[in-house]
Amino acid sequence: MLSAQARQTIEALKSSHETNQSALIPALHAAQADQGWLSAETQREVGEILGLPEQTVRGVVSFYTMFYQRPVGKHVLQVCRNLSCWLRGGHDLQRQISEKLGIADGETTTDGRFTLISVECLGSCGTAPVLMVNDDYHENLTPEAMERLLTELT
Amino acid sequence: MAGANGNVLTKIVHLPGSETIDVYRANGGYVALPEALKKSSDDLIDMVKRSGLRGRGGAGFPAGTKWGFVPKGTNKPVYLCVNADESEPGAFKDRLICAKDPHQLIEGTLISCFAIGSSRAYIYIRGEFAAEARILNAAIEEARRAGFIGKNILGSGWDCEVSVYRGAGAYICGEETGLIESIEGKRGQPRLKPPFPAVVGLFGCPTVVNNVETIACVPHIVTRGWEWFAGIGTERNTGPKLFGLSGHVNKPGVYEAPMGTNLRTLIEEFGGGVPGGRPVKAVIPGGASCPVLRGDEIDIPMDFDSLTRAGSLFGTGTPVIMDDTVCMVRAAWITARFFAHESCGQCTPCREGAGWLQRLLWRIETGEGEEKDIDTLLSVTDQIEGNTICALGDAAAWPARGFAKKFRDEFLQHIREKRCPFGGGSHS
Repeated sequence: MLSAQARQTIEALKSSHETNQSALIPALHAAQADQGWLSAETQREVGEILGLPEQTVRGVVSFYTMFYQRPVGKHVLQVCRNLSCWLRGGHDLQRQISEKLGIADGETTTDGRFTLISVECLGSCGTAPVLMVNDDYHENLTPEAMERLLTELT
Repeated sequence: MAGANGNVLTKIVHLPGSETIDVYRANGGYVALPEALKKSSDDLIDMVKRSGLRGRGGAGFPAGTKWGFVPKGTNKPVYLCVNADESEPGAFKDRLICAKDPHQLIEGTLISCFAIGSSRAYIYIRGEFAAEARILNAAIEEARRAGFIGKNILGSGWDCEVSVYRGAGAYICGEETGLIESIEGKRGQPRLKPPFPAVVGLFGCPTVVNNVETIACVPHIVTRGWEWFAGIGTERNTGPKLFGLSGHVNKPGVYEAPMGTNLRTLIEEFGGGVPGGRPVKAVIPGGASCPVLRGDEIDIPMDFDSLTRAGSLFGTGTPVIMDDTVCMVRAAWITARFFAHESCGQCTPCREGAGWLQRLLWRIETGEGEEKDIDTLLSVTDQIEGNTICALGDAAAWPARGFAKKFRDEFLQHIREKRCPFGGGSHS
């Protein structure tokens, strides 16, 4: 169930957007911030508040990579796998995370702390290699900085 | 941010607090807006046309001409969408403006709205740029308190609202009609054109979609004049430009230089050359969709027309530099994987073709390829190109074809030796 606060946020989005559907993506961001991911039940709730059919909501959720259709860990580690990061060690970072945490691409640690996802370009090629931890960018990452970061994230 | 060096678009980005309205105004900000409000819409459009400003999002379409397509005297609301969905591998210049000089973007947005008869702008920013979205939102509130956004702006009787719309992870939303669909709350699947967005765009209304850097040029054209802007750069490729260097250079980063600056100069003087003094093997000049240049082809002015003449594309002006340790088949495969992943799935040639290219390249890279695969690859690119609703199909086809043609010998070596001669590349 969405929290009362999340419901209120989504309600308010209706009046600040031209149509209820144009409030859908902001509403899904709000719902995911509240729930951590977008279960079928959460998607139904968002649809109910905005008066949108379930299939419309699901169609949008499944199109955008930032909307999670499965539970994710507390820290979602998104490593860029594209050209500029690859040229500066991005793939090594991914291997380092995999080995340290014992999870492959797309998996979550059994304690629910970490999810690893390899992603396409994060738009930060000048400071490659780049990793996102939830909403935060970590740039110019070295293996040592990566090691420290993983220890600090509890 | 490394390398931000210019005196126009990046003039203040190195200053502490550059994202605040106080620092922006102390450095000549919000002088252009009141000047623009004294002009007519036609004068502003004419000014931008004469400046020669071409869209900085990749296509290089003349911005003033695009503005001129909005029907005069329409009784529908007119929208401006600022495209901050910077997502193509290699491109990272717009992020600098959003993070370090958001008021430059907002002032440009307001002037552009006034010019096209709009009172409503959306800045569509990729979802991953959450920090930049927060910075832009804070700047919008500052501008509102200062009387630059809202009702009766600076006593002109003109109202304008600006808001940030966060995407949620989809490269295709940088395509202008994909972006419009996304703001409408839909899957970001591009529309068939015509009708063009200037006539039927957001919510069925006339809409202009411009890139962040394009919009950021506008206040400078107003204050310094179109003649000044047109005097920078090369013929038909005018103005200052943000170049983003990444990959194998000593000093990656965003650098401001005139349009038409030589690519070798950018790499050697701005980027500080290749680490270890290694040779440049290849450069993707302007984002992953642009066909690769060989190391012996980099004495070239970085502008739309020169790159097109050389059989490549200028794109967003953001070169990715690769030294002699890099495997070209793997680079091609990484590029193909990107476009296959980002294809929205509407058009069969793109949806199926991009995946096919990815699989063929992987086969060659892993030593399973046959010589006929190169011809199959080229034939698939021919069948994608021009056969899709939007340019993503072309964007998948061009680089694959470019790598296969420019580095055919290296492709053949993979096939004959049944392995990657680079051991998957030192960067596998």
